[in-house]
Amino acid sequence: MARFRVCPDSGFYFDKSAESLMKVNAVAAAVSLLVAGIMALGVILTRWQEVHLLPADLFYQALTLHGINALIFWIIFFEIAIMYFAASTLLRSRLAAPKWAWAGFVLMIIGAVMNNVAVFQGRSSVMMTSYAPMQAEPHFYLGLILFAVGALIGCFVFLGTLVIAKDEKTYEGSIPLVTFGALTACIIAVFTIACGAIILIPTFLWSIGYINHIDAAMYRLVWWGLGHSSQQINVAAHVSVWYLIAGVLFGARPMSEKVSRSAFLLYILFLQLASAHHILVDPGISSEWKVFNTSYAMYLAVLASMIHGLTVPGSVEVAQRAKGLTKGMFEWLRKAPWDNPVFSGFFLSLIIFGFIGGITGVVMGTEQINLIIHNTIYVPAHFHATVAVGTTLAFMALTYLLIPVLFRRALFLPWVAKMQPYVFSAGMTLMILFMLGAGTLGVSRRHWDMDFTGALLSFEYPGTAYVMMAVAGIGGVLAVLGGVMYLVVTVGSLVFGKKLDESAGFLQSFGLPLPAGTYNISRADPVPMAPRLAVEEHGSAGFEAPGTFVLAMALLVCFVVYYFINWDYLSSVWPLS
Amino acid sequence: MTSFLPPSERIWWKVPIGRQELVWIGIALVWCLIMFFMMPYWHLYGKQNLSNEAYQTTPASFQAKVDDMIKQYQVGEEAGMPVVRPPAGSDIYMLGRLWQWYPILELEKDKSYRLHLSSMDWNHGFSLQPVNINLQIIPGYEMVLTVTPDQIGDYAVVCNEYCGIGHHTMLGKIYVKEI
Repeated sequence: MARFRVCPDSGFYFDKSAESLMKVNAVAAAVSLLVAGIMALGVILTRWQEVHLLPADLFYQALTLHGINALIFWIIFFEIAIMYFAASTLLRSRLAAPKWAWAGFVLMIIGAVMNNVAVFQGRSSVMMTSYAPMQAEPHFYLGLILFAVGALIGCFVFLGTLVIAKDEKTYEGSIPLVTFGALTACIIAVFTIACGAIILIPTFLWSIGYINHIDAAMYRLVWWGLGHSSQQINVAAHVSVWYLIAGVLFGARPMSEKVSRSAFLLYILFLQLASAHHILVDPGISSEWKVFNTSYAMYLAVLASMIHGLTVPGSVEVAQRAKGLTKGMFEWLRKAPWDNPVFSGFFLSLIIFGFIGGITGVVMGTEQINLIIHNTIYVPAHFHATVAVGTTLAFMALTYLLIPVLFRRALFLPWVAKMQPYVFSAGMTLMILFMLGAGTLGVSRRHWDMDFTGALLSFEYPGTAYVMMAVAGIGGVLAVLGGVMYLVVTVGSLVFGKKLDESAGFLQSFGLPLPAGTYNISRADPVPMAPRLAVEEHGSAGFEAPGTFVLAMALLVCFVVYYFINWDYLSSVWPLS
Repeated sequence: MTSFLPPSERIWWKVPIGRQELVWIGIALVWCLIMFFMMPYWHLYGKQNLSNEAYQTTPASFQAKVDDMIKQYQVGEEAGMPVVRPPAGSDIYMLGRLWQWYPILELEKDKSYRLHLSSMDWNHGFSLQPVNINLQIIPGYEMVLTVTPDQIGDYAVVCNEYCGIGHHTMLGKIYVKEI
């Protein structure tokens, strides 16, 4: 039974059923991003105090929708597509249990729709975190539970595919690094979903009256096992995407398999502890627990990210230097394909994630420094650098790669695609930097009105806080424009893009397989091992990627300086003990 | 020859690591350890630490303590809310509820107080402005910490944990005076 096709441009193998599943998951992700983006506009235009677009009830509703659709639905749908790609396409294996995979997908869709409906109805504006004892409608929780069950099925389909590939010997040696990264994401996802089940199922039962009390502190502790770990799935997934893009564009290989894989292993072991970041100023939790967990044992997961921060661009530099771009420190980077959105998206995602997202995350996750940051708008600024730029932009870059390969369509309006990563990341960076500033001035997150209209007492933020929120508003609007450009290009490509395969019609863009004759390979040739390099027997004695090392040292200097600036700021507030 | 193919060496874990990576891992590890030890260091030598003191409580019993303090030390009223000036060094109480921080406290500069905080209903965020000290206030839990206001002024307590439609009207006050 023939079931594979080979993409003539990239050489990637696509299993018929896996291909359809990747497409539908990617499309569902894009739809979620659309909802999230529309809501983002409402949120940012309300926080821009001079515009103050929405009334309070609509603002909190929009904020809830924005958070859930952007942080959960867009990202997890896309990650399921990535997992199927990493297991089935990269290992040239048939997908395990495609019917189960479809069942999982249908559950995820039902769950996502149900949850969105609950919030749109207006009585579940409880934010993504839905902290008990604030209560949403039962179908708010049920939707999330169904979505999580569907995603869990997706994880097991991924694991099953790895087993099949091993069993049927579709590759030699060990699984590729990218697949290893996806496996990391999958393992973290299973942990995440388990935490979600532990907290959301009782909360659902409480909302329909079967349980009469949910402890508010316990809710926060367990919920963040879901809430934070789900963001760690993203980190593992987008680091894998970085390695994938570096491999596809440059033929880059890991500088050391051992180092990169060990870094992923550190993620599996330590990343989840970071749920503690959210409860550093909660009552009832000891300092010892906070210090150990907030630092991922001893910042071992930060160490892992710092390693990837060197090895991902380092692998690009080594590949570029091998092609003769050896002049000075940075010729390899200057002469990179900056007009290719796959590259620019990938590299901007890497830089902004590391320099802004990474540094601010560690700083605010420091036990005592959290006192001057908790729940200020500094927090969303941080996670927009990690998730909206780090993860989302990496996924956008990957989309530009997949449209011709997976969907067999040429990019629609390629000049828009070319500009999109720049517009999106410029807007985001502007918004993030000024939100960080406003947070330092104490501006609160999840807050409708900086003027406190209607309050009996009064308080005025300094004028600079207003200016900062206005600039953040401009940045946010620009970022939304970048999002619109992404959706115009992707949806446009699926509908109007030039067909690279005659049969890649409208329905094929949305999940239908190509005609049966296209899948003319019944058993794929095993994936070859990467060719050997001379250096591999002894390791490299010299600095193979000096430019990257300079970048890494620049990151470290920013990190150290900013870290101690914040301690200094902390030391100026009221003494507490 | 790429990151998405199986490694070229079957026994890849025996391939030695390049010098550049080793150097970077070393530097990064040292930095990670410095950051780790900064936290216990600050517990020993820094002045801004949370206590580990907290109790389970109920809204009713916490409310009773607040009312007791108000009865003893009320000195005035503002916007319908009692203004309380408890003696330096004493236990002082503030509760969060939809949508106010209650009551208004008047404190003496450079004196220490044991501040008790709890919520009557949902999660609230105690955000002292413009000092920018932020604490999570959880119903059913009473957080205790020692504060030493070191500057004179009118301080606001903003609620920075979303608590429903009136969230933005939830403000409290702490006055710090030289007495």
